[in-house]
Order: sequence, then structure tokens, then C-alpha cells
Amino acid sequence: MAVKIKVNDLTMAYGSLVVMHDLNFEIHDKEILVIMGGSGCGKSTLLRHLIGLQEPTKGSISYEGKDFTATDPTERGSFIKRFGVMYQSGALWSSLTLGENISMPLEESGKIPAEIVRDLVSYKLSLVGLSGYEDYYPAQISGGMKKRAGIARAMALDPDILFLDEPGAGLDPLSSRRLDDLILRLRDSQGSTIVIVTHELASIFNIADKALFLDPATHTQGALGNPADLRDHSDNPAVRLFLNRGELPKSPP
Amino acid sequence: MIDSFNHPTPCAVWRQDGGETILEISGDWKRDGPAVTVTGTMPDHFPTRYQASKLGNYDSRLPAFLLSIIRSITQPADKKDKQVPALDGLPESLRGLLALALALPEENGNQKTHYHSSEIRKLGKVTLEIGESIRSLLDFTGQTVLSLARFFTGKARFRPADFWMVLQQCGVQALPIVSLISFLIGVILAFVGNVQLTNFGANLFVADLVGIAMVREMGVVMTAIIMSGRTSAAFAALIGSMKANEEIDALRTFGFSPFDFLVLPRFLALVLMMPILTVYANVVGILGGMLVGAMVGIPPVLYWTETLQAVDLTTASLGVIKSVFFGAAIAISGCMQGMNAGNSSAAVGEATTRAVVASITIVIVLDSAFAAIFTLLDI
Repeated sequence: MAVKIKVNDLTMAYGSLVVMHDLNFEIHDKEILVIMGGSGCGKSTLLRHLIGLQEPTKGSISYEGKDFTATDPTERGSFIKRFGVMYQSGALWSSLTLGENISMPLEESGKIPAEIVRDLVSYKLSLVGLSGYEDYYPAQISGGMKKRAGIARAMALDPDILFLDEPGAGLDPLSSRRLDDLILRLRDSQGSTIVIVTHELASIFNIADKALFLDPATHTQGALGNPADLRDHSDNPAVRLFLNRGELPKSPP
Repeated sequence: MIDSFNHPTPCAVWRQDGGETILEISGDWKRDGPAVTVTGTMPDHFPTRYQASKLGNYDSRLPAFLLSIIRSITQPADKKDKQVPALDGLPESLRGLLALALALPEENGNQKTHYHSSEIRKLGKVTLEIGESIRSLLDFTGQTVLSLARFFTGKARFRPADFWMVLQQCGVQALPIVSLISFLIGVILAFVGNVQLTNFGANLFVADLVGIAMVREMGVVMTAIIMSGRTSAAFAALIGSMKANEEIDALRTFGFSPFDFLVLPRFLALVLMMPILTVYANVVGILGGMLVGAMVGIPPVLYWTETLQAVDLTTASLGVIKSVFFGAAIAISGCMQGMNAGNSSAAVGEATTRAVVASITIVIVLDSAFAAIFTLLDI
């Protein structure tokens, strides 16, 4: 499979505080990458770099061979239109209903007839189990529902690359399993490449093709590989410790 | 040693015994208990073991004390030769807690450095902050102008519904407070003017005083101050909350310009509504003066005629011209503080306060500049 995203010697910092340095990894087309690591280690910061909301201190990020970090605003805009992003809090626009949250990107993306927009909104909400919630405002629904609505909005434009920031946190087990199923189906049906920040071990083993462990002790890339392989064979004890918490599914024979 | 409440005083004694360093702890270690008595010389290495046979009751105070001792020994030690502190001799539950507390090394370099800052350093810092604020204001104003250019060339995208909603919020919904304040300003000016002008038998000129003061200064300035407190704060709070909730990031990732979506409709609405509110405030203020005039014996018709003679079109237009600039300044100030707010609810509160203070300050500074310009132009 072709390389979709390539991260070269990436260093992320807030002023003089270096969050992570020398990150190097590739994500292939239609691959699901999970970014994992302890709280505050820089997972969400890495995601913000990948979607262009923060500039790297050093290094570069390429999409399909094109250096994203060196693009001008117009060129970057055309890249960003291919992304779907779900933020940690859902980040729904609070003055709009759930339906409007999803329809606004659709309406702004081009001339789509109103009835098609309505059908698309209904379909996207149904995928995340929020069918019938079109007219609710974000303030009227729970935190978990906001996350699910955020995922529906991220999928609005059938993105080429989907970035999800802790999508499973705060969801009940049923919704969490349903979300894993949805992510796998999105990859299989739409061919989306998916980058997920998560702590949910069950999800990591269920859906990830590849896992990137950010090591807060060394502020570097602790490990990269298949989650089951990392759990059983990683040289890094922090990775094995992280992945061996609780009851885990066994790696296939 | 027994204190007045019959609690044995907490004691820690360092002693050497056959080459071993022993820390003997005794007494009751309670948060609200007496001060700890430490005797003996603290070594530069961890105690070999602890002696806790005389230890009474304890709460978090004891593990906190022991941890602080262990940390103080660890810090100056050679990091390449790290020792694991022995916890032998401590009660089992205490050993578990301390092992947990020591499981991860203390992060070096994350503590804030507190140092005495000289007056010159403080002055330099304040100067740099002022410079940064001015740069930020100019940058934001420039971006607003670019956004306006996109609007006039038909390239700006924002929801018309947002514009109409903001127009209603900073227009119709502001009328009650603008009415009350303007009316009372007119009343106050008329009362004060009447007291002084009656001494010269010229109380009819109260109409001139109120009319000119309202249309030239008080109407527009009071409206601007009301809008600074009301609308600028609302802009900062709303945009700041959106920023804290990552809603602005979400706009960016869908390719929407936050400037076009959030700042532009608010800027246009306030620039449009300020002149209308100013004219309204002028009229209401003059009506307030007219009421006082009627109370002190000036017939309303005469008062109105005198006002029309005193206030010509040029004078009346000065306040309206200023109101456009004040509206732009208030909108920019409120939106800028919101966009520059931090990512927490406390930061949103701070942004709101800064927006109000900055708006009122800019309005007064602009008004002074206009006063100087109009004087130079002999208007």
C-alpha cells in the first residue's frame, strides 16, 4: 500500500518546553494508526500537528509525498478539506443544532440540494446511533452523545483521512464497541485512512493496524508496530506495561 | 514527650548503629498535631532502615514527611548512581504508600522557577507586553480589513442567520438600556445647566446646552460605553468559549475562516447599529432635557425650537461619524480578546474583562483624538 502520511524527525514544543522530539513514522493508505501513551505525553498535540493547527519546531509532515508543513495557506486549505476531525470534546458549534452542525460543511462544500443534505445528515447521525436528534442543540445532549455527534460531523464530507481524538472516552461499552465497528467499516467501505488517539486498550487491539507509543519519560517515540506484537515482544518495558494493563485479548496464534 | 491533648509528640531521630543509619520515628503523626521534633544529623544518603516500634497513630503527615526527606536526599545525589531508598522497618501499609509515591521519578525542570525580579526587569517586561499588545491589535485590525475586503468582493463566507442574530442582539435588545442611560444623561445635563444658567436669567439656553452636549459628545460616548460593557463583553465571552471548546479549531479544519464566520458578522452588525443607536440616544437625551425644561418653566415647543437653532447638521453629524469608528473599535476589541483567550473557563472570564476595559479605553482615546481633530478643523 502507498504511504499516505509520512512524519520525518518531527519535534513539537511549546516555547522552550519540548513535548516530543524526533518522531518518525509512516501511515499507509487505508491503515488505522492508534496514537497511545500516558496522559499529557503529547498525543493530542501530535494530532494538532498532523491536521495543521500547530507548526512543528523541527521536521516535516508529508501527505502522499507532498510536504504539508511547507505549503502556503491556499494549498494547505485544499489538504485540510480532505480531513475529517473529531475533537476530544466533540467541539460541536453550540449555536447550531446537531443537524445544522453536519449540514453546514455539506452546504458550504458545494451546491448540494437541500433534500440530499437532509438525507445525508440523517444517515450520518444514524451511523453513530443518534437518529432523530437532528433538532437538538449540543447543550441538550450528554457528553458521550456530543462525541458521537462530533464523529458524525467529522464524517460529513466522506473524508479521505479521519482524525479522531479519544473517540471512545466517556462512551458506554455498547457505544464503544459500536464505534469500533463503525471505524472498521468506514475504512473498509470508504477506504479512509484513520488516525486515532486513544487509551482504550480493547479498541486498540480491536481496530489498530499499527500503534504508535509516545514515551513521556524520554519524550520520544517509544514504539511503533502492531499492538499485539508490541505487547508480546516490544523491547520497551513501558510499552509492554502500558499494553498489559487489565485483561487483554490474546494475540492470534 | 506528651502534649497538652495527651498525644505523644511526633519525633524523628537520626542515629548510627553499627554502620547502619537508622531513622527512628515515634509519637502520633497527625495533620493537626504538634510540630515534629527532629534530632540527630541528617545523613547524605538514605536511611538503612527505620525503627517504628514507638510509632502511634498517623495520617498522611508521616508519609509526606518521609517522602520529603527521601526527595531532599535524592536531589543532590549523582543521578548516574541512583539508589532505591530502603523502607525496612516501616509498617506495611506505609511502605505500600511510599513505594507508590516513589514509583515514578520526580520530573525535573517542570517546577516553576521563582526568582526575585528587579524593577528594571519588570519595566522591560511591561514594555514588551505593551509592544506585543499593539502588534496584536494591528494584526487583528489588518485581518479584519482583509475579511472586509473578502466580504465586499463576495468571497467571504458566513451564515446570514448569524449576522441577523447579532444585529438584533446589539441593536433592538440594547434599546432599553440605551434609552434609560441617555434619558437620565439628558435630565442630569438639564438640571445642572439650569442651576447655573438661571443665575444669568438665561435658563432657556439649557436647550442649547443639552442639545449640543448630547449630539456632539454624550450621546455617542455613553452609547459606546454601554456597548463596550454589553456587546464587547458578549463577543469576547462567546468567541472565547468557542475557542476553549475547540469550536474554532473545528471551523478551521472544515476550511472555514474563523474571521469570516465569527468576526465579520459582529463587526458589520456593530458598525451598522452604532450610528442608529447614537441618533436614538441623542433624541432620547434631548427629550430628557425637555422634560426638565418643562418642569422649570420652558415650554416644550420653545425648548424644541431653541434646540433646532443650536444644533445644526454639522454638529449633529459629528457624533454619528464618531459612532462608526467607536463601533468598529468595540467590535474589534471584543472579538480580538475572544480569539486570543486561553483554553479554559477562567481564561474566558479574563478575556471578557479585558475586552470591556480595552473597549472603553479605546473609545475614550479615540474621542480625545476626534476632539483634537475637530478643534483643528474649527468645527
